[in-house]
Amino acid sequence: MTQLLLQPPLILLDDVEFCWHAKAKPIIKSGKLCVERKEHVFIQGASGSGKSTVLNIIGGIVTPQKGLVQVIGKDFLQLKEVQRDKVRADHIGFIFQLFNLIPYLSILENVTLPCRFSDVRRQNAIERSGSVANEAVYFLNRLYSESKFGFDRNTSELSVGQQQRVAAARALIGQPQLIIADEPTSSLDYDSRQAFMDLLFDEVNTSGSTLLYVSHDPTHKHLFDRVVEMSTISTQSSADL
Amino acid sequence: MNFRLLAWKSLSSRRSTAILTVTSIAVSVMLLLGVEKIRFNAQSSFANTISGTDLIVGARSGSIQLLLYSVFRIGNATNNISWESYQDIAQKKGVKWTIPISLGDSHRGFRVMGTNKDYFSFYQYGQKRNLQLTSGKPFSDIFDAVIGSEVAKSLHYSVGDEIIISHGTVSTPFSEHKDKPFIISGIFKQTGTPVDKTVHVSLEGIEAMHFNWQGLVKKRKVGKILSKANLKPESITAFLIGLDSKIMSFKLQRYINEDIPEPLLAIFPGIALHELWSLISVAEQALLIITIFVVIASLAGMLAVSLAGLNERRREVAILRSVGASHWHIMGLLITETLLLTVAGILLGIAVLYSAIKLGQPIIEAKYGLFIPISIPNEREFAMASILLLTGFVVGLIPAYQAYRNSLADGMSTRL
Repeated sequence: MTQLLLQPPLILLDDVEFCWHAKAKPIIKSGKLCVERKEHVFIQGASGSGKSTVLNIIGGIVTPQKGLVQVIGKDFLQLKEVQRDKVRADHIGFIFQLFNLIPYLSILENVTLPCRFSDVRRQNAIERSGSVANEAVYFLNRLYSESKFGFDRNTSELSVGQQQRVAAARALIGQPQLIIADEPTSSLDYDSRQAFMDLLFDEVNTSGSTLLYVSHDPTHKHLFDRVVEMSTISTQSSADL
Repeated sequence: MNFRLLAWKSLSSRRSTAILTVTSIAVSVMLLLGVEKIRFNAQSSFANTISGTDLIVGARSGSIQLLLYSVFRIGNATNNISWESYQDIAQKKGVKWTIPISLGDSHRGFRVMGTNKDYFSFYQYGQKRNLQLTSGKPFSDIFDAVIGSEVAKSLHYSVGDEIIISHGTVSTPFSEHKDKPFIISGIFKQTGTPVDKTVHVSLEGIEAMHFNWQGLVKKRKVGKILSKANLKPESITAFLIGLDSKIMSFKLQRYINEDIPEPLLAIFPGIALHELWSLISVAEQALLIITIFVVIASLAGMLAVSLAGLNERRREVAILRSVGASHWHIMGLLITETLLLTVAGILLGIAVLYSAIKLGQPIIEAKYGLFIPISIPNEREFAMASILLLTGFVVGLIPAYQAYRNSLADGMSTRL
């Protein structure tokens, strides 16, 4: 615990105000959100509660007009856009609900994609597995243990469940410090959900990453260290874009 | 980040539109460079039609008309030059050589030109190249003829063949000099100039052919007996002059144009060629302008395809952003794609153009007397390709900017 206290939190949002246009009313007004390193946090919120905007802020895609946004020790309001892009590339892995994969790239190319944008993750992958491709195959084998097939195949041949696993492999490659999962299981059936959650936790624990899991569905919240209601992070004055 | 791989994969996934875009750019490049190549070669072959001649002299008319009938065998002279005036000028001090030209007859669509032996030694074309014979020898007898390479090729003539020359430039059964056939004594090597399409005979031959003719019809009764002595021509159509020194040409031109009682005109071939080319070049400029519009249309097509596809690619952009791509990466990807298409189009266009030249070379040469060499692109062609590439880049900026705007609004949202 003392160790955790010495290190700054991995994510710190405080008193954030965000609006699309300078003159518009803020659509997000946040309270405080603090996520420590290696913590697994479940954020519960209905769709339209401002989730995507909050995730875009943490990912450094958009910057709020006001407040404090600290991710991996970096103050996002002080950084330039390109620097925020770099933080995202180096330290954050995303898994979305659907359509995670680039249709014209193969399974393997999709998984290794983050290593094309980040030297840090490429180095991590090479250190751990010898090469980026090896690391990708390692994750794919773990996630695909039941079915053996070529990873040079087109992603359009995959089922939704398989696609989500490829997305998880891509989020995990190169050991990013933060994994953000946005409703990753809501397009899966019950059995697949269970299997996916097991694999995700397994991998996150192995690599020591922090997990930020966002969902409207409380089924899995018992697996997490902490549950945060979206409404305590953000109150919004109009519909989330 | 290797954009080329990503751009390449992305384009391959939209293969059919990519191929169509490349094809349309290739066609426009082919047209643009093809027109430029023909234009360039036509101009240089045009300028090379005659060289080494200092003055061309004919009856007083326009300089272009004189050039057309004396060098290009197009149109007719308004009047002749008397033999006396010709001799007067030919014997002036400083005149190195003269080549008389006597026109007015034809052989199966090819013009017949009467001249003298100086034609073989002094007439020059291209980079001061003299005429050469591929077979036979220059005319020596009255009824000898030396034909151009194209006459030989298209009428399948060889040395020793007999030919009948018609009076006037249109052949009718009544106007043929059937009584006096000519024998081919030699065939010129190809020059790419109107010489290839000309039947050359001696001035005496021309006179002999018209012996016992009056105007356009044959005299019924046989008149004088043909002999070399009474074949002195009374007039010629035009003549070429070569001088000892170029400095004299202005003086001699003034003498011919002003001092001789007979109304004659002396012109500088280079200036007249230039005047004529500037007349023709209007059409060629128009062709170039049309081609430029074709290029613009093909680039606009590429832009339309790229912009139309952008909406379907918002999700792809969102994914790329989420794995760490910056706006610059996204713009770079789109610009790389248009650049790849443009480069592929240019290369394909050049490849097809050169294959077409290779295949069409003999046909174009046979039909239009224009030889288009397969050469590395000249400066202008190179500049055109570069401008096209640059335009492709600029055109690529438009969808790139649009993608940037989209991704600002979309963020990482993949549910579109």
